[in-house]
Amino acid sequence: MAAVETDATGAGHEEDGVRRRDFINLAATSFAGVGAVAIALPLVNQMNPSADVLALASIEVDISKIPVGSAIKTEFRKQPLFVRHLNPEEIKAAEDTKVDSLRDPQSLEDRTKGKKEWLVTMGVCTHLGCVPLGAGAGELKGEFGGYFCPCHGSHYDTAGRIMKGPAPKNLEVPEYAFASDTVIKVG
Amino acid sequence: MSFPWANHYEPQHPFMRYMDEKLPLPRFIYNAIGGGYPVPRNLNYFWNFGVLSGAALMLQIITGIVLAMHFAANSGVAFDSVEHIMRDVNSGWLMRYAHANGASMFFIVVYVHIFRGLFYGSYKPPREVVWLLGIVIFLLMMATAFMGYVLPWGQMSFWGAKVITGLFGAIPVVGEPIQTWLLGGFSPDNAALNRFFSLHYLLPFVILGVVILHVWALHIPGSSNPTGVPVKSEEDTVPFHPYYTAKDGFGLGVFLIVFATLVFFAPNFLGEPDNYIKANPMSTPANIVPEWYFWPFYAILRAFTFDFFFVPAKLLGVLAMFASILLLLFLPWIDTSPVRSGSYRPLFKKFFWFGLVPCIIVLGYCGGSHATNGVVLVSQLASVYYFAHFLIILPIVSRIEKTLPLPNSITESVLGAPAVA
Repeated sequence: MAAVETDATGAGHEEDGVRRRDFINLAATSFAGVGAVAIALPLVNQMNPSADVLALASIEVDISKIPVGSAIKTEFRKQPLFVRHLNPEEIKAAEDTKVDSLRDPQSLEDRTKGKKEWLVTMGVCTHLGCVPLGAGAGELKGEFGGYFCPCHGSHYDTAGRIMKGPAPKNLEVPEYAFASDTVIKVG
Repeated sequence: MSFPWANHYEPQHPFMRYMDEKLPLPRFIYNAIGGGYPVPRNLNYFWNFGVLSGAALMLQIITGIVLAMHFAANSGVAFDSVEHIMRDVNSGWLMRYAHANGASMFFIVVYVHIFRGLFYGSYKPPREVVWLLGIVIFLLMMATAFMGYVLPWGQMSFWGAKVITGLFGAIPVVGEPIQTWLLGGFSPDNAALNRFFSLHYLLPFVILGVVILHVWALHIPGSSNPTGVPVKSEEDTVPFHPYYTAKDGFGLGVFLIVFATLVFFAPNFLGEPDNYIKANPMSTPANIVPEWYFWPFYAILRAFTFDFFFVPAKLLGVLAMFASILLLLFLPWIDTSPVRSGSYRPLFKKFFWFGLVPCIIVLGYCGGSHATNGVVLVSQLASVYYFAHFLIILPIVSRIEKTLPLPNSITESVLGAPAVA
C-alpha cells in the first residue's frame, strides 16, 4: 500500500520541487510550534493575579463620619485609598485652576462622580508608587494644599492633580459609585 | 584551546587512569584551573578578583540553601521567620549575616573585577565574548540581589519591590499589565513574595551556569595580563597551579578577613535600619534607598526630572538606568584603540582615574542620599559625564591618543630588555 502511494504521488511532486518530506517537515514543525505556544500560555498566565487576589477587588466605604475638610486612608486592592471631603475653599481652588495649564488636564468634575465635595483617589504616587502625605491629620499637604509625595517631591492639588515634581499623572481615581448618600462602593 | 607548551595531564594512580578513560573530569579540572592552564607570568593582584567572585558565589549559594531551610515565603510570616532565624535557629544569625554581607562582598569583588577589565582593556577582542557573558552575569546578579532583598519583607523590601516593579509601569501601553503580571497582584503581596523566593533560589544556579561559560570562553584565548601584550612563548607563562592557586589563595585569605570583620563586628553597617520594620503597604519610609551596590544606577534613575520631547521623565529615567548597563555590551566596539592596557594609554588613563571613577563614586553618593535639588543636579551632571565618557570621550581618545611604546613581550616587561650582545 505504502509503496503504491509513493509511486503514485511522489514522482509528480518532485517535478515542481516540493517533496512529500518537505511538507511533512513543515507540518510537524508547525504542529510542534503550536504545541509549544499552548504549553507556554498557562505557564505565563499563572503569573497573573489569582482569583483570591481579584476577589479583594471591590470594597464598600462608609463616608458619613468624614468631616468637611479632612480625609481618610483606607485599603483597596492592598493599596492605600484616599477619600477626601473637600471644603468650599478647596473646591474653589481646584476649580480656579486652568485645566489647560495642567500636565494631565482634568477638571474637578472629571475627577468626581457628581458630588464635587467627595474626592476619591488611590494613595499611590504616579511616579514610583510611594504613599503621598496629606490624608492624615497634620500631614504635609504640599504647595497646592492637596497631597505631597515625600519620596521624590511630587505636589498634588486639592483635586489630586499633579502640579509639580516628577510624577507624570494625576492620582488615579478608581472606579466607584455612590451606593447610598453615605456609602461608596469602590471597584 | 591552550598553548602547545601546556602541561599534559598524566594520571598516575590506576583509579585515576580508569576515571580518565570513563569520565575525564579530573583532566577537565587540571586543564581549567590546574597545572594544564598556562597563565601570563605578570598578573597583578587585580587578577585575583575573578576567583574571588567565584568564591563569593559559592558562599552565597551555600548560606542561601541553609537559610531556605528556615525561611517561610509567606507575606504573613516571612518577617517573623527571619527573626526566627536570627533568634532561635542554631547559628541562624551567622548564616543570615553571612548571606547579607556576602552579597555586599560579592558586589565589591565583582565591581573590582569589572573595573580591572575596563582599565586593562580586557573586553577587547579576542575576549569580547568573555566580556559579554560577564555583563549577563552582572545583570543576573542584580536581579537575584533585588529579589533576595525583598524576602525579609521589611519596609525597604516592600517599598523597594514596589518602586522597582513600578519601573516597568513606565513602559507605554503595556507597562501596567506587565507590572501586575510580575507582581501577581496590584501591589507587592504574597504572590510576589513567593515568586521572588522561587526565582531567588533558581537564579544563582543560572549564574553558575553562565560563569562556567564565562570561564570556558576565557580559556580559549587564555587570560589577558597587565601589559595587554599577547603571550608569545613558553617563558611568558607559568602554570595556573601552583603559581596562581597560591596567589589567589592569599587573596582569598584577605577577602575572608574583610568579610569576617563585617559579619562579626559590623553586620548591619551596610544595611538599612528600616528593613527591621515589618512591611506596611500604608506607610512609605521617609527615604527609599536600595542597597549600596545599586546606588549609582538609582542616581541615574532619579536624575531625569524633566520630560524630553514626548517621552515622560519617568520613562526616561528607566531607559537611562538600563542603558547605563547595556551600553557596556557595546564597549568592545566603542573603544577602537589597538592598545589594550590602560598603562600604555596616557589620555585614556587620565579619563579613567579622573573621569569615570570619580563619576561613579559621585553617582553612588547621590543615589544613597535624599533627593534634594542639589543632589539631583549633581546626579544629572554625573549621569551626563557617564554617558559622555563611553559614547563621546572613549571613541575620540581611541582615535587621537599617542600611546606609549609597548614592551616586546611579557617576559621583557618583567625582566627588562635583553642586553645587546
